Amino acid sequence: MFGAALSMSMFITLVMPSFNIFSVGSTALALDKQLTYGFNSGWNPDDMFLSGANKPLKVLLKQDPQTGAATEPVHAYVFPVNARFPSGILHPKVLGAGSDVLSVEQGKINEASEAQGAVFLVRHGEHEGASYPYIENATATRGWTADAVLHAAGDANTSHAGAGKTIFVREGCWWCHTLLPEQTQDFQYFGAPPYLGDFNGESPTAFGSDRKAPDLLHVGSRNSSKEWMMMHFFNPRLVQPHSIMPRFDYLWGKTDADGNKIDYAAWRKEFVQYRNGERITPPEVPNYRSDSEIRYLIDFVLNLK
Amino acid sequence: MLMKYLFGKNEDIPPGTASIFFSFSAIVWFIIGTGLGSFNAAKLAYPDWVTGFEFFAFGKMRQVHVMAVIFGWISMAFAAAMMYITPALGNTKLWSEKLGLWSCMNWNIGLAVGLFTLWMGMTSGREYSDFIYPIDLILLFAVLIPVSLNVWMTIAKRRTQGIYTTNWFFAASLFMLMIVLLVGNLPEYFHLTGLTEAYLTWWNAHNILGLWITPVAAAIAYYTIPKITGNPLYSHRIGHLHFWSIVIFYSTPAAHHLMSAPLPEWLKSFASVEGVLILVPAIAFVSNILLTLQGKWNMFVENIEVRFTVTGVLLAIPLNMQGGFQQTRSINWYIHGTGWIVAHAHLALLGFSTFIEVAAVYYGLQVLMKRKLYSLALANFHFWMLLIGFSIYWIAMTIAGLIQGAGKIYEVPYIDIVIAEHPYMIARWFGGTLVFLGNCVWLYNMWMTAREGTPVPAGRMVHELAYER
Ligand code: HEC
Ligand code: HEM
Repeated sequence: MFGAALSMSMFITLVMPSFNIFSVGSTALALDKQLTYGFNSGWNPDDMFLSGANKPLKVLLKQDPQTGAATEPVHAYVFPVNARFPSGILHPKVLGAGSDVLSVEQGKINEASEAQGAVFLVRHGEHEGASYPYIENATATRGWTADAVLHAAGDANTSHAGAGKTIFVREGCWWCHTLLPEQTQDFQYFGAPPYLGDFNGESPTAFGSDRKAPDLLHVGSRNSSKEWMMMHFFNPRLVQPHSIMPRFDYLWGKTDADGNKIDYAAWRKEFVQYRNGERITPPEVPNYRSDSEIRYLIDFVLNLK
Repeated sequence: MLMKYLFGKNEDIPPGTASIFFSFSAIVWFIIGTGLGSFNAAKLAYPDWVTGFEFFAFGKMRQVHVMAVIFGWISMAFAAAMMYITPALGNTKLWSEKLGLWSCMNWNIGLAVGLFTLWMGMTSGREYSDFIYPIDLILLFAVLIPVSLNVWMTIAKRRTQGIYTTNWFFAASLFMLMIVLLVGNLPEYFHLTGLTEAYLTWWNAHNILGLWITPVAAAIAYYTIPKITGNPLYSHRIGHLHFWSIVIFYSTPAAHHLMSAPLPEWLKSFASVEGVLILVPAIAFVSNILLTLQGKWNMFVENIEVRFTVTGVLLAIPLNMQGGFQQTRSINWYIHGTGWIVAHAHLALLGFSTFIEVAAVYYGLQVLMKRKLYSLALANFHFWMLLIGFSIYWIAMTIAGLIQGAGKIYEVPYIDIVIAEHPYMIARWFGGTLVFLGNCVWLYNMWMTAREGTPVPAGRMVHELAYER
């Protein structure tokens, strides 16, 4: 009897929802998210210390990587050699009906290989009379290689949002910030709540349960200033004296963009002087290295449109 | 001494040793856990208090507090209680003291390693299953399975007829916890993604609370109250109702933690209805215990264990009322994701469950060490520190939650909410710190009991002796 009761409960709360959720097709956003964040943003054997290793890069391409001719700007998702593919590429079923067929037949995603690296695009196509988003493996369909695309885009148009999400998970931003404007309320300021199909292939979703700070799902559309983000992460009290957000200055690492050592102790001392009114201007926030963790994190935040 | 027991013969280990080790470990984890909580609370009130060290950032410390109190304090106190209540109810000895000691040691080491990795930022990114899965597996195989085996075998080898309610709960909850940990971590073992991952995260969290913490705490009260007051349990039938309704109703409403997430609507409605039905086991439990006390309410004032247990049971009333109603759509939209939920979580864990366990540890240690409590005055002090500290915490966070809720629906600029909450953050820190300080006194009291408590003469029961200090 105990077994029957427990199995019944498991059936209703596990099996039925799983089938229901599994049948949900991906939105274009879900494809974008999994191609941006890669395999897993939490702990996994490929990234034991959550440093953002083996992650894809999201680039804005303004020219054809092969010919160099100017084109309509398009986002491409570059998986350098050995970056792990997300679930949608490994198991196209995860993408949902329609998108899976298109991604395999037209997008040729099953020809992609982690060992050689790949470049993907998000496209829209027709399948049995309906329109679906799907993933195109541009390495197979157009011969674009990871290196060529990264070179054509340049560092300024390359976003490390994938590695940034790992930092977001590791640093516990989600204990204060949600990534989930609520369905019932509060989306006038924080933006539209997500749809059922926005999450396919993402793990962990980390949208948070406990909100002590603004929702971040669309923060990039509210505030897209890199300079503001830099000051705010270095010390939130620089731009918002009442903030309870922790300082994330340590994400800058030991040196700044020019390779000079960052003197945190001196910075803090000057900040205290500024706070006490003994200095008129706050100390300068150092520029970050292009491979620093704060770069990843800011790329992630600004990518939340 | 520990080494001698760990590698000695089972027969040479005095009965109750495993439980004593578990009890003291639990108290130490309680101090560590509440100390971490107090530290976190301070960070939320004064973000610049300790700053610049990567590992003291709030985002790296919060989950360490939660895991330390749930798997260190609460669950270890459960293990301690199981290891002396199960044999006592079966009129027998624990199946294997040696296995019990080994599981205690594995538990302490595994948990310490787990908390350390978590603190270093190695997290699965999933609330309440934050541990990376190798740690989960270690805890499952080196701790949970040995503990369960010990309890189940003790029940199987009992020398009484029938199985008392408490043991039903113990045996079933251990089994259900195993299933919950196995299924709840599937997203990590098999890399499940998307809403399945989100839903399973909360399925796991809900069921750890519902099929482990709540029923085991209740089971302990089913033992301590009849035992100490001498009254028989008011009704075994209500006990059965409680048991079965936990299995059926408490195991289903996982989705009510995700009421504002885009889950299938039927699932949310179903969860919400089932969530209200949790009132069935709740009312069964509370009324059963309170009716058992008939004629013995004087012990609520005179006896420290009864006072702790009954306070915990009384706290279960607002807890379940809140729980049943806050997860309906009509209320949840207001308080979801606010400090109200944090207050509720502490009402369940620091109020209801902790008070019952504290009593079990007080009582168990005196019985097993055959010594009367060292000081009633210190125990009273502990009680009031816990109760006052908790009340301040709960009131402060409930108000903060209501402010946040209002701020949320009127969409005031977020920083105004942060400013308005500030006084309550300070109050919460103050209240939580009282709890922490009270616990330090408790450890001292129990240590002195072990060393200097008056020995209990053979054939007498602990609660029959008068307190001396
Ligand atoms: C202790 C809670 C806390 C933690 C942890 C935290 N934040 Fe914040 N955050 C806040 C608060 C409060 C605000 C609003 C006040 C302000 O602007 O500083 C905020 C504001 C922000 C904003 C500006 C939002 C807006 O609407 O303009 C961004 C972006 C942000 N945080 C990103 C992060 C990231 C990324 C992390 C993790 C590295 C993080 N936060 C960790 C509390 C927190
Ligand atoms: C047995 C005692 C305790 C238990 C079982 C416990 C349990 C918990 C749990 C489960 C959470 C997560 C809440 C949620 O996600 O909604 C939490 C959070 C927290 N607890 Fe405790 N707690 C205890 C004692 C304390 C004490 C003494 C303090 C000291 C002030 C404290 C401070 C905190 C803080 C600051 C948080 C974070 C809340 C937030 O993120 O807003 N806890 N605790």
